[in-house]
Amino acid sequence: MHVAAKRAERLVNLVIALLGTRQYVSAAKIRDTVPGYEPDDGTERADEAFKRMFERDKAELREIGVPLETGRTSAFDTEDGYRIARAEYELPEITLTGEEAAAVGLALRLWQSAQLAGAAQSALVKLRAAGIEVDQTRGIPIQPRLDAGEPAFEPCYAAARDRRELTFDYRRPDAEQASRRRVQPWGVVAWHGRWYLVGHDLDRQAPRVFRLSRVTGTPRPSGPEGAFEPPADLDLAAVVARQEGREEHLVVVRARPGTAIGLRRHAEPLGPADDGDDRLQLRTTTPWALADELASYGPDVLVEAPQRVREAVVDRLTRLAAMGETA
Amino acid sequence: MTTPSTAERMTRLLALVPYLQARPDGVRLADAAADFGVPESQLRRDLDLLWVCGLPGHGPGDLIDLAFEGDRVRVTFTAGMVRPLKLSTDEAVALIVALRTLLELPGLAEGEAVSRALAKVSAAAGHPAEVAAPVVVSVDAREQSLAVVRDGLERRRALHLHYYVPSRDERTERTVDPMRLLLVDGHWYLEAWCRNVEGTRLFRLDRIDDVTVLDEPAAPPPEATERDLDGGLYQPPAEAPLVRLRLARTARWVADYYPVEEQSEVSDPPGGLVVGVRTSDLAWARRLVASLGGAATVDEPAELAAQVAGEARSALARYAD
Repeated sequence: MHVAAKRAERLVNLVIALLGTRQYVSAAKIRDTVPGYEPDDGTERADEAFKRMFERDKAELREIGVPLETGRTSAFDTEDGYRIARAEYELPEITLTGEEAAAVGLALRLWQSAQLAGAAQSALVKLRAAGIEVDQTRGIPIQPRLDAGEPAFEPCYAAARDRRELTFDYRRPDAEQASRRRVQPWGVVAWHGRWYLVGHDLDRQAPRVFRLSRVTGTPRPSGPEGAFEPPADLDLAAVVARQEGREEHLVVVRARPGTAIGLRRHAEPLGPADDGDDRLQLRTTTPWALADELASYGPDVLVEAPQRVREAVVDRLTRLAAMGETA
Repeated sequence: MTTPSTAERMTRLLALVPYLQARPDGVRLADAAADFGVPESQLRRDLDLLWVCGLPGHGPGDLIDLAFEGDRVRVTFTAGMVRPLKLSTDEAVALIVALRTLLELPGLAEGEAVSRALAKVSAAAGHPAEVAAPVVVSVDAREQSLAVVRDGLERRRALHLHYYVPSRDERTERTVDPMRLLLVDGHWYLEAWCRNVEGTRLFRLDRIDDVTVLDEPAAPPPEATERDLDGGLYQPPAEAPLVRLRLARTARWVADYYPVEEQSEVSDPPGGLVVGVRTSDLAWARRLVASLGGAATVDEPAELAAQVAGEARSALARYAD
């Protein structure tokens, strides 16, 4: 049998043994009764081998979430023993109707090949082990899906989950250099398909929103877990929405008849201009993104007002025109 | 350090006996393997391993006992493993966030069931449903066409669309056979067989200007297959011409958004990136480059650079008037 299989077998036996007792069981007793441990032959080498193995096994069980307790059953015990409290170990009773189970199956497809895919799969396995039939193949033909390619997600999510401070390098789109940021991470938000970190910026002493795609390198957590408490009335999505979509701007453009169809889909027609163009009024919370779009229509669209957007479009067109000269 | 596969296997091993215990009439091995998301051979290895595990003493009456009958298996002695391990924080977050995301979807007929599932799962996870999770997925729920498209899908009817095609800046009309709805990176898409172009197409819902459910049934032909999304939404043909773009730092997102090849870091412009994008639609490439407002320049083909620059010069001439 493989070493890994031997180890898995030993771990299962250890869980069964510790679940089956209310008493704390000493390490010596575990060594005696759980198969797979180095037997006590009186040598120090065997003792050392057992200790190392047992330490690793305890760490492994805790990592998969087994609540391993240490303590003494009576005042006469000379050393700590181990047990698993069944109430702490077991998933509480849960029953779902067929409809509810189908909803769970559908919802979990959100993580398919995205960040929490592994956790979603093991959650599903546990629900099935609790007797719930989750059929993921039937139900509504909807396939939710998130972008998996965001390396900063994992460390940011873990730090928010554990409430540990986080340090990372962040490059704003208008900055040449990345700068070091220290934050108390409150949470990670997928907003309109992009991932953001929301938290309290320790240097600026204010809440801040960070696009994960602008984080450079790997964020590093530091300090103890539970180091801070996010605000009680926190609405993560609302924080991002406020930051991303602020003031509304009105923009008036002229479009040649029959052109700029995409723009007209969201525009309010203001009637014809002197030269026969159509005057259109647009509303936007992101004027620079709109300037990008306006520039892409080339000579079909001319910005009338406001002056700032007009200048932004002229800047873009000037840069685009220069490309022809150098190419 | 636990390797992911060890942790995964341990989670499965600890769940298998309770899984069988909950199904006293036994389970087909193939069904159990599918439920655990592993091949049947792996499930057999897991069962073989469990069969030799048990209570201290490890006498015949202490070991987990399984009964195999044909292609079915059931458990006859659990050695005290009757319930699965409670949910880990990550598992609870994955479940709760996914259900909350689903609740945000407009016009979801199953909304009631989702709410009830959320309450029950939260209780079982020891999290009150209203507690903030460290992850939130906010979807754009404003699409008005969503309810109509869903209606067509559920009743298996063909749809008539007025659809805006941004690369040609054009409104189109077409009749499609809906296949499924996708929510990818915050945008809704309808995957459907388009009768006009006789091919499977993705339609972004925010580009549908009008949609009606037709009386005739949806009948996607056999060659209408669902796209494998692991290759990304945009899957240009391998023989399509290569457009080479030089991206400034502020336009580097293009490399994450579209499939690119022959990617290389450059110092001109500082922090820049040169990428190749395959497309058989030069109009699309022209619009992309123009919308980047100079943050991307075209290395090749030269005629694309000339087109973009020429358009920009005639636009500038209008501003100079």
